[in-house]
Amino acid sequence: MIFFGASLLLILIGLYGALVKRNLIKIIIGLSIMDTGINMLIISLGFVKGGTAPIISLKSLFQKNSLLVDVSKIVDPLPQALVLTAIVIGVAVTAMALSVVIRMYSVKKSIEIDDFKELKW
Amino acid sequence: MVIILEYFMIFLIVLMIALALFAIKTKDLLSAVIASGFISLVASIVYLYLQAPDVAMTEAAIGAGITTLIFVVAVRKTKGREK
Amino acid sequence: MRKIVAIVFLAIIGFYIISIFSAFQFGDKYKGVSEHYVKEGIIENRGANLVTSIVVNYRGFDTLGEVTVLFLAATGLSFLLFSCKCEREFKRIKSSLVLRTATDTLFPMILLFGAYIFIHGHLTPGGGFQGGSVIASGVMLLFLSFRSFHPNHKTLSTIEVLAGISFAGIGLLGLVYAKSFLANSVLPLGQWNRLISAGVIPLIYIAVGLKVGAELSGLISDMISTTKED
Repeated sequence: MIFFGASLLLILIGLYGALVKRNLIKIIIGLSIMDTGINMLIISLGFVKGGTAPIISLKSLFQKNSLLVDVSKIVDPLPQALVLTAIVIGVAVTAMALSVVIRMYSVKKSIEIDDFKELKW
Repeated sequence: MVIILEYFMIFLIVLMIALALFAIKTKDLLSAVIASGFISLVASIVYLYLQAPDVAMTEAAIGAGITTLIFVVAVRKTKGREK
Repeated sequence: MRKIVAIVFLAIIGFYIISIFSAFQFGDKYKGVSEHYVKEGIIENRGANLVTSIVVNYRGFDTLGEVTVLFLAATGLSFLLFSCKCEREFKRIKSSLVLRTATDTLFPMILLFGAYIFIHGHLTPGGGFQGGSVIASGVMLLFLSFRSFHPNHKTLSTIEVLAGISFAGIGLLGLVYAKSFLANSVLPLGQWNRLISAGVIPLIYIAVGLKVGAELSGLISDMISTTKED
């Protein structure tokens, strides 16, 4: 339950940073904090208190093609599989956003969002 | 032992939230980048407590290593300091 | 004014997140598809690591899509950075002797460790994504310590293409020999908890590991090497 609160706070802090700040790199930092919060929320959904990791490699747990361990004591592996790929995609998307920022800096010599007024009306 | 581990997790969570607030509040972009990398490192320890060793390995290698380097390069290329 | 609007907005979002997730019981028994994965996954796939059998077999098509997204992001990044007439005036500083000596010793070990992680992906924690990112962080160490280091982009893209083709090819073999794309009945399943077991899962994870390692190394190289040297 504390993990739910922590991830909720991380999501809200990251979103606040992305909404209020005017520096482009600060906005991307806020989005990456939000990313960490969301991943932790999904992982904590599958957590079973006192459970074991979903890796069955002890001889006593699996014999003659049947599972001897209590299934409800294994942590849910599905959220972990989802978050695993989401982290790798997150770094690629962050790098892409930062390259857009570098490109914008080469045009205006500034990364403050107030200096880009062309689309304002 | 279990109780000590739970108090340690509460400490780590408070540390993460404090680091997130610091990363949003500070004016120096390099400090903000280092703080957000540290959040990822602490998050990987939390994933280990949540019995997700696969995710913990990914977060430690990518979140704390590669993302921080990419942010530092971008800050250096844009001579970053927040106004 | 801006801050007040943002805080009101955040309060609304926070309220909805809490009201959605308060319906879930945290740490409750799971039902539905995860129960099948936990109960039958080890019998159907013979891999000790259930997360690996989900990522590679049950959701293998999803993983192929994610690898494609990674490839597209890396391509877009290099397109944006190399077509840019950014001034390249930043210097790469010469690194210290301690860092260079440590890199000489550590780099082969990091490569070996990354390869170990993705070859043993079906037995121990780890797999293609983790091993690939460990290899990329080794390449990152090389960039930090030698200022005139350039990886060969031809080699990187060749590795990437071959790994991607073998992933899709193994999937198509599943379509030929079994009834679905990426089905795990091309190779014999083997015995549980051995290195050569679990059918095509280790082969696919080796391909994913090489692809992720090459892609993230290319991404780091694109980010750093657009700065001018010396």
